[in-house]
Amino acid sequence: MIGLIILGIIVVFALWVIAMYNRFVRLRTRSEEAWSDIDVQLKRRYDLIPNLIETVKGYAAHEQQTLAQVTEARTKAMGAQTVAEHAEAENMLTGALKSLFAVSESYPDLKANTNFLELQRELTDTENKIQAARRFYNTNVRDLNIAAETFPSNIVARWFKFMKKEFFELAEGEQAAREPVAVTF
Amino acid sequence: MPMAANLYTHQSGNVAKTWLLMSLFFVLIMAIGLFASWYVNDSSILYIAVFVSIIMNIASYWWSDKIVLSLTGAKPASKETHYELYTLVENLAITAGLPMPKVYVIEDAAPNAFATGRNKEHAVVAFTTGLLCTLNRTELEGVAAHELAHIGNRDILLQTVVVVLVGFVTLLSDMLLRISATGGGDRDRGNQVQLILMIAGFILALLAPLVATLMQLAISRKREFLADATGAMLTRYPEGLASALEKISQSSVQMKRANHATAHLFISDPFGEKKGRERINFLHKIFLTHPPVQERVAALRGTR
Repeated sequence: MIGLIILGIIVVFALWVIAMYNRFVRLRTRSEEAWSDIDVQLKRRYDLIPNLIETVKGYAAHEQQTLAQVTEARTKAMGAQTVAEHAEAENMLTGALKSLFAVSESYPDLKANTNFLELQRELTDTENKIQAARRFYNTNVRDLNIAAETFPSNIVARWFKFMKKEFFELAEGEQAAREPVAVTF
Repeated sequence: MPMAANLYTHQSGNVAKTWLLMSLFFVLIMAIGLFASWYVNDSSILYIAVFVSIIMNIASYWWSDKIVLSLTGAKPASKETHYELYTLVENLAITAGLPMPKVYVIEDAAPNAFATGRNKEHAVVAFTTGLLCTLNRTELEGVAAHELAHIGNRDILLQTVVVVLVGFVTLLSDMLLRISATGGGDRDRGNQVQLILMIAGFILALLAPLVATLMQLAISRKREFLADATGAMLTRYPEGLASALEKISQSSVQMKRANHATAHLFISDPFGEKKGRERINFLHKIFLTHPPVQERVAALRGTR
């Protein structure tokens, strides 16, 4: 009789571990998926920047320093490995782009260029999408981290080495995300 | 996380309710068919009833979104034609982790919006041109987030299926009423007419409370409040939706193609606010199930 009870407890425990294991796999996969969403948008931004620089060069060639800054920030962002590196590089890139658009304010011909306007619109949209993807990623990471830290699921997390993931933090926070790079004309 | 658990149980509840609704409808049509065939003593009516109810159920699952869109006269919007709206919905879909829904626009001065479709892969969100004119960006974002919340919470299938089923039931009762009204003058076939009248009366008596129950199933107040809350979590800015709801409720314009079958889909009552209108017809009273806007706004602002 006692043997049966012990067996029962072991079976229930094993089922619980399996359920928890699967849950962690699901959470981890979701976070990775969400990260690839961010990656897609980041790549789109990297692709748009060379076009932008070419267009700006045609009108404001002697803004070398600003242009170089953007190019440098882009290269750095593309080489980022960890989430924290990505976040830092993206903040730099956003800042560099902001000053580029600020500089372009003093070139009326540039501001009238349809190509430039189109690129600016695309970049603004991409930045919005990065923010959206970032929030989805952070939501998923939060779920994973809570599960990995709270008792008793943290025991299973430790056994199977399910690691906590880093949040993707951008400097300006939620409020800036609502009104991204507002370049007024 | 009690919030998440709540949402998941809500989702499976919706799927169960859709099944219940469809089987109820099936049984109802069968019962009518059985009754009619027994009364007229002709079993072919029963076969027709079975056929009709099967077709209706299939149609309401596969084509109800298209039926709803054509009922409301919605036109597809693309990234080129409605850049702001399209990208706004796109961004919210990314935040919610939902596939991009199709975006539709309805030519109508009354500000309103709804979501439809059988699942999140085949979802549609529609906005009236009046809404796009009246609201600013954050308010529009709030409304779009509310509609995406309906998609994410799987409210749309149930609500859309209700459109077709309720639409059919109202059509049927309408038809029967008309038959009994026009048949009254025919003296030679008095017996026949009386019989039809009796059937009509029986069916109507059966249908009215049922329709009301169906509508309550579909538009529980909980559902709207939950979508408001989920939407606010998406934008992280409840004030946007709150002020949008206020603006929408202040507009007294009635939608051009307001329809009892589709009314519950919309974010606010397409028949407009009923302030100072002395005559509210019986049918509308049944369908009057939108939670009061003031309560929703208060809940969003946390002042309730």
